Amino acid sequence: MAYNFKEEMSKPERLSGGHRLCAGCGAGIAVRGVLRALDADEKAVITSATGCLEVSTCMYPYTSWNDSFIHAAFENSGATCSGVESAYRALTQRGKLNEKYKFIAFGGDGGTYDIGFQSLSGAMERGHDMVYVCYDNEAYMNTGIQRASSTPKYAETTTSAVGKCSPGKAQSRKDLAAVIAAHDIPYVAQTTFIGNFKDLHEKAYKAIHTPGAAFLNVMAPCPRGWRYPSEDMMTVCKMAVETCFWPLFEVENGVWKLSYRPKNKLPIEEFLKLQGRFRHLFKPGNEALIAEIQKDVDEKWAQLLKKCGEEL
Amino acid sequence: MAIRERLSGNEAVSYAIRQVNPDVMPAFPITPSTEIPQFISQYVANGQIDTIFVPVESEHSAMSASIGSEAAGARTITATSSCGLALMWEMLYVAASCRLPIVLACINRALSGPININNDHSDSMGARDAGWIQIYAENAQEAYDNYIMSFRIGEHKDVLLPVMACQDGFITSHAVDNITLLEDEKVKAFVGEYKPEKCLLNPAEALSVGPYDTVHYYMEHKKQQAVAMHNAKKVILDVAKEYEELTGRKYGFIEKYKMEDAEYAMVIIGSSAGTAKDAVDELRAQGVKAGLIKVRVYRPFPGEEIAAALKNVKAVAIMDKAESFSDIGGPLGADVRASMFGVCNNVKAINFVYGLGGRDVKVDDIKCAFGKLEEVVKTDAIPTGYQYLGVRE
Repeated sequence: MAYNFKEEMSKPERLSGGHRLCAGCGAGIAVRGVLRALDADEKAVITSATGCLEVSTCMYPYTSWNDSFIHAAFENSGATCSGVESAYRALTQRGKLNEKYKFIAFGGDGGTYDIGFQSLSGAMERGHDMVYVCYDNEAYMNTGIQRASSTPKYAETTTSAVGKCSPGKAQSRKDLAAVIAAHDIPYVAQTTFIGNFKDLHEKAYKAIHTPGAAFLNVMAPCPRGWRYPSEDMMTVCKMAVETCFWPLFEVENGVWKLSYRPKNKLPIEEFLKLQGRFRHLFKPGNEALIAEIQKDVDEKWAQLLKKCGEEL
Repeated sequence: MAIRERLSGNEAVSYAIRQVNPDVMPAFPITPSTEIPQFISQYVANGQIDTIFVPVESEHSAMSASIGSEAAGARTITATSSCGLALMWEMLYVAASCRLPIVLACINRALSGPININNDHSDSMGARDAGWIQIYAENAQEAYDNYIMSFRIGEHKDVLLPVMACQDGFITSHAVDNITLLEDEKVKAFVGEYKPEKCLLNPAEALSVGPYDTVHYYMEHKKQQAVAMHNAKKVILDVAKEYEELTGRKYGFIEKYKMEDAEYAMVIIGSSAGTAKDAVDELRAQGVKAGLIKVRVYRPFPGEEIAAALKNVKAVAIMDKAESFSDIGGPLGADVRASMFGVCNNVKAINFVYGLGGRDVKVDDIKCAFGKLEEVVKTDAIPTGYQYLGVRE
């Protein structure tokens, strides 16, 4: 089935407008992009971790969710969704339910990489027929831009402050997609908002329609936390991919496959310079910090090419 | 005909689970509740039940998956003890506020630290304000009966609250006891089908569960939970009456033992009530008018019933198998004394903390507590309201 941008964008929204996410928030875009990969006749139950997405889309007595939706807490989107999916199997096998349902769990990077990591790992290992989608904005944005294990090196956050004794976050980001791929689940992919959203759509479609556990890591920028004008989101995402800071790939039944290889891999500055969280790196004397980030990106890119069987 | 058997408390609850055949059971093993998920796993492996058993990676996930499952429309159970219940803590409140009638077999064990695997009530007492109904068993028979009734209580439309069916770790859970069981079909008929009015997996109507509740609504929702807990009092008695018609075994909020003319009373929870009844018998033989109130239902708390039963005694020993470090006594002590206020004005009360971390409670220990009551009455002393029983000083 060929991807048709116009058709996809004409589908009825499963996440209604009128929610309270910030203008230009990556979370809402990620959710709508993933839910468009549900077929029109498919029902779904959506789970969300506590976070921007949850507090902005389901504030009593309103809900933006046209599908059934459950939020339980911050660190348990994986486990909660696994319970819903288990109930589905129980009710289906007992003949109490005759509809097909899909199960999609959302969590921000805080709820996924960090506090919800165990719950996610458990749900993936048990092989529930569900998709876990991390909308990764690289810090705890809901509580006010604190560092996470997803935050890139030297980024400024409110708990990896920049000052004369610190150039921002000291550690590199955790490669969560690789960690989840090591669970040997049928489908893992990393994507973001690129071009006409084909990459996100196709990966979401595969994730939703692959039996068993699937994981999507969607880079979903936060204009507030990354400090860039909202309207620049597509440029920021494009630069993340063209610099190989955020490579697009999938792991299908253990086979790594690169989804996109930039013709001219751009220097990391092209990504960093768009964002206020890296502004301090461009002060004179900090050249070595950028060089270090570049080295890190290059090494990880080379490792990824190797995993994907690509020439270096 | 009822079935006569010999079972431990864990076996009795597992037997009831097999009879109920719930839809989903997420669970994580922890001593002394571990046998329950083991039995369920074996029942599933044998094809005796078709419950979806979800062997989660922690108790936090056990309660989270239970919330997802029950909200989805499936009858869901779990079992745990001690630190396992503590790890569920956050989610216990969520289960209650989402009004999900999950049934949890709590096999009471001391909380860490220091780590200790034996019985006291610190785990479930710590969770007493989480919005769960709590019912405590004295022995395996009660563990079985309470467990079966829990579904009917929690799932009742006027209640819709989760239920913790508690029994004492090892003492009840592992000791083998004579027991009378119901036939499978009678249990199934009594418990009935679970048909929630609202659920996630309703093809006719989507549902959002667990919304962000602002200042404009949160307090109203808490009041609704409080009303549900109040409503549970009637439902608990109604269900007990129906169960009595089926089994001949009578249950209420409390069990009164030789209280009619009692001058010295004890209020106690769980397996130690059995020991205390022996102590009461021995004291009665010596001419002491001793009596006992066993608290079966702790949440909702039967304060009026307890106060009415204590009205005419001279002194009462309130027995807590949990510390609360309030410096004025344990949780049962606080609730009982609050209930007595204005009703039992002339009753002296001593709150004893006993049996922590599995410290053995013998007939003589109980008699010692009664002895202290006699002493304060005889000397007309103002009792030290908070004492330890059976501790080396």
